Amino acid sequence: MSRVRTFLLAVLFLCVFCLPLFSATQEFLSVQVKEGQMRSTPSFLGSVMASLAYGDRVELIEDKGAWKRVAIRGGKIKGWVHMSALSTKKIALRAGTADVQTRATSSELALAGKGFNAKVEAEFKNKNKNIDYTWVDRMEMLAVKPDQMHAFLKQGQVNPPEGVAP
Amino acid sequence: MKRDSLILFLLLPASLVICGCQTMLTATEKVTTQAESIGMIHPSYAQAIKKSTGAVSKSIEEFTPEQEYYIGRSVAAVILTKYQPYTNQPANQYLNLLGQTLAQASDMPEIFRGYRFLVLNSDEINAFATPGGQIFVTRGLLRCCRNEDAVAAVLAHEIGHIQLKHGIQAIKKARITDALTTIAAESARALAPNEVAMLTETFGGAIMDITTTLINNGYSRSFEYEADNAAQTILRRLGYDPNGLVEMLMVMGKNLKSGESGFAKTHPAPQDRIDEIQQKLGIKYSRVRTPDARQARFTKAVGKI
Ligand SMILES: [Zn+2]
Repeated sequence: MSRVRTFLLAVLFLCVFCLPLFSATQEFLSVQVKEGQMRSTPSFLGSVMASLAYGDRVELIEDKGAWKRVAIRGGKIKGWVHMSALSTKKIALRAGTADVQTRATSSELALAGKGFNAKVEAEFKNKNKNIDYTWVDRMEMLAVKPDQMHAFLKQGQVNPPEGVAP
Repeated sequence: MKRDSLILFLLLPASLVICGCQTMLTATEKVTTQAESIGMIHPSYAQAIKKSTGAVSKSIEEFTPEQEYYIGRSVAAVILTKYQPYTNQPANQYLNLLGQTLAQASDMPEIFRGYRFLVLNSDEINAFATPGGQIFVTRGLLRCCRNEDAVAAVLAHEIGHIQLKHGIQAIKKARITDALTTIAAESARALAPNEVAMLTETFGGAIMDITTTLINNGYSRSFEYEADNAAQTILRRLGYDPNGLVEMLMVMGKNLKSGESGFAKTHPAPQDRIDEIQQKLGIKYSRVRTPDARQARFTKAVGKI
């Protein structure tokens, strides 16, 4: 009896103190922006080597302040992603799928397309016909690519000082 | 027997922890805060730990970047009912090249669909930043800039407001609670039509809270100084002269007319901002000197705006 109890207590002990250590060795994060950038170095000056899609799961392998070194495609590609692109929550892209319903706690889920979304915007537009989104949509097309930014800095002789984070 | 008691001795703290989840939460929070305060972990990472611990009991909810994007779109649309866009393509292109590059050097380079900039066709000295990353600057404010470093300072200040989530904080607390309660229910099932209507009403209220603050009331002085502070950091990281902000504020001091709407109403007096920047950041003013190539493109794009 006492041996069984000791054994059970020992298992409990292991669970409480050691499990967090094990789970901490493999941590996954979700991409929370439409298109996240994976860079070769932990800096905004690092070249963009891959782009990540909304909801993508990445494995955290190294932490350097605001920059996280992550792996994608089972470790085949590794690079640095700024923490502002990442969430500790799982992001389920389609609501109402089996995947979403079987997860135990909805509180850990930040569901893509939920809450304030295109549907709510459409309803809001409907009620406020005087509000015009034409230029808001046009602004979206004014995207600047990473190589254009580099060229812009170079052309204007804007020189980021060495070793400045991030 | 001896071994038994040893194990039990080791288990004592463990059982204390198990006794109450609350205790565990508080303890983790405390340790995390301590680790954060002595610089063991980055504040943002500490935040993540606190958050994931919180998720065990009740998650500390907040809007996702996607929702901030939708809030931003409608705030932008409301601003554009009061101000006309300045449809000069070279000016807007220049602003986006400069602004989006600056945003990359901020503490929040990645937002849902990126930062976007647009000039407003108004003589008023004004600028707005939405939580979704849309940033507007009037021709009147651009006329306070005599070089690219000054324009960079203006844009970096607005990026600072977004990075510090000032817009979201302008939403009334009760409204945020309402919205998050409805959204939480949505996690488990699709919303009923009346719930969508409720959410839309809350959404409309949130847009009103933000636009009223941006256009009429302004943020607190401390928010403005925080945004100036963030702007200084961004400018330094990229290699722009931090005096660009001071210089722009000196011209603004001359151009502002009291009683006018815009920054005269919503921002601390330019001289107060200069004092704050110089005192807090120890910047001694010296005239901004920019390379010819940089000055040339500034003049071409917005120099005669
Ligand atoms: Zn401001």
